[in-house]
Amino acid sequence: MIGLEGFGPQLLAGAAVTLELAFAAVTLGLITGLLGASAKLADLAWVRSPISILLNLLRGIPEFLILLIVYFGASELLGDAWSPGPFAAGAIALGAVFGAYSSETFRGAFMAVPPGQMEAARAFGMSRTQVIFRIHLPQAWRFALPGLANLWQGLLKDTSLVSVLGLEETLRKANIAAEVTKHPFPFYLAALAIYLAFITVSNPAFAWLERRASRGSRK
Amino acid sequence: MSFLSDLVALVVDNQSAFLRGLRITIELLLYSSAIGVALAVPLALARVSANSWIRNGAYGYTYLFRGTPLLTQLFLIYYGLAQFEWVRDSFLWPILRDPWPCALIALSINMSAYVAEVLRGGIVGVPSGEREAAVAMGMSPALLHRRIILPRAFGIALPALGNEMVVQMKSTALVSTITLLDVTGVARRIVTRTYSTDALFVAGAIYISMTYAISCGFRFAERRMNRHLRPPT
Repeated sequence: MIGLEGFGPQLLAGAAVTLELAFAAVTLGLITGLLGASAKLADLAWVRSPISILLNLLRGIPEFLILLIVYFGASELLGDAWSPGPFAAGAIALGAVFGAYSSETFRGAFMAVPPGQMEAARAFGMSRTQVIFRIHLPQAWRFALPGLANLWQGLLKDTSLVSVLGLEETLRKANIAAEVTKHPFPFYLAALAIYLAFITVSNPAFAWLERRASRGSRK
Repeated sequence: MSFLSDLVALVVDNQSAFLRGLRITIELLLYSSAIGVALAVPLALARVSANSWIRNGAYGYTYLFRGTPLLTQLFLIYYGLAQFEWVRDSFLWPILRDPWPCALIALSINMSAYVAEVLRGGIVGVPSGEREAAVAMGMSPALLHRRIILPRAFGIALPALGNEMVVQMKSTALVSTITLLDVTGVARRIVTRTYSTDALFVAGAIYISMTYAISCGFRFAERRMNRHLRPPT
């Protein structure tokens, strides 16, 4: 290794921003995905159709383009009222992408819970809200987790796109170090290693979540 | 309707720029997919090899390239390699100096890693009875793979391959970061000139049409590849 010429702490600070952005986006994405799945399963066609169409369109556009539209479009649409910085734009854009994909994952997961489970809970005297939060959601969560694990990995990698807007996350820090030192290779390699480490750590984390989510079910 | 008519006027004004951008996007998509699939076949076979060295080596390759962002790989190849004098002195320099081949290399490597995993699933999914029947017919391992396993694996993996192709099409948008003027690159350039995001929406519409075309194409191919499985009508 050629050494990081004193830029190591900078890269680590960037890695922390990458994680913050990923967590912000996944929070927005899970909320969007759950609401989107509920809308896709709604009985009312005027709720179901427009939201399904919008979420499907989002999946057909490059994530990078969505990011640019959010970043530059918000200030055009809202004027001076509110213009998102790169972090907020990244969280909104990546959250929307995560939501568009996870709405499909959640939709499948909601449908995978046997209806008898909810009927039994109703017969037991649970209210509709109780059935959703105690029976339907926890079991759907278990079916959704493997799909969400894949989406999370995609999201982690997509955070690198926000470097183009100047957010000083891992890749942007590598860019800066590369420009200053004129030695780009080791810094981009270090950035690769940071992303790979995050992905590698997520695998056991999701395995743990899955074990936790399935502890009520027979093997 | 003024938003729509603005978009139409924008497309008419920048028709040739968008067409040139579309050409770069489609060329990168088709070439990188072809190279990616060609590399993925030996990789997928290596992933199911009985030799653990070959198996783990192929796994390491797919893990590395699926586990890191394409944008970082792109920068590593385009900006990173230029740092070394021996690269600049080598016969490869005329290739690595240019953004287009660098984009093609990064996209192809990425595609090969993703498709290898999809194909591996297809190979494992070939019913063992078909494999045994081919061996009982006296097929050599090479013939068995060429006639039975690979065609069946592609047929099984086709829906997933269609998804990979859509993902790859969306990935091509990143090449605008290394100065290429693909659809996104053209749109970004118009945005800086006009101070309006309309061009980004035009680009979005172009990408959605391509997504739609790719999914329709693969649905057609799926019906054709697996036509022997359809119940007779």
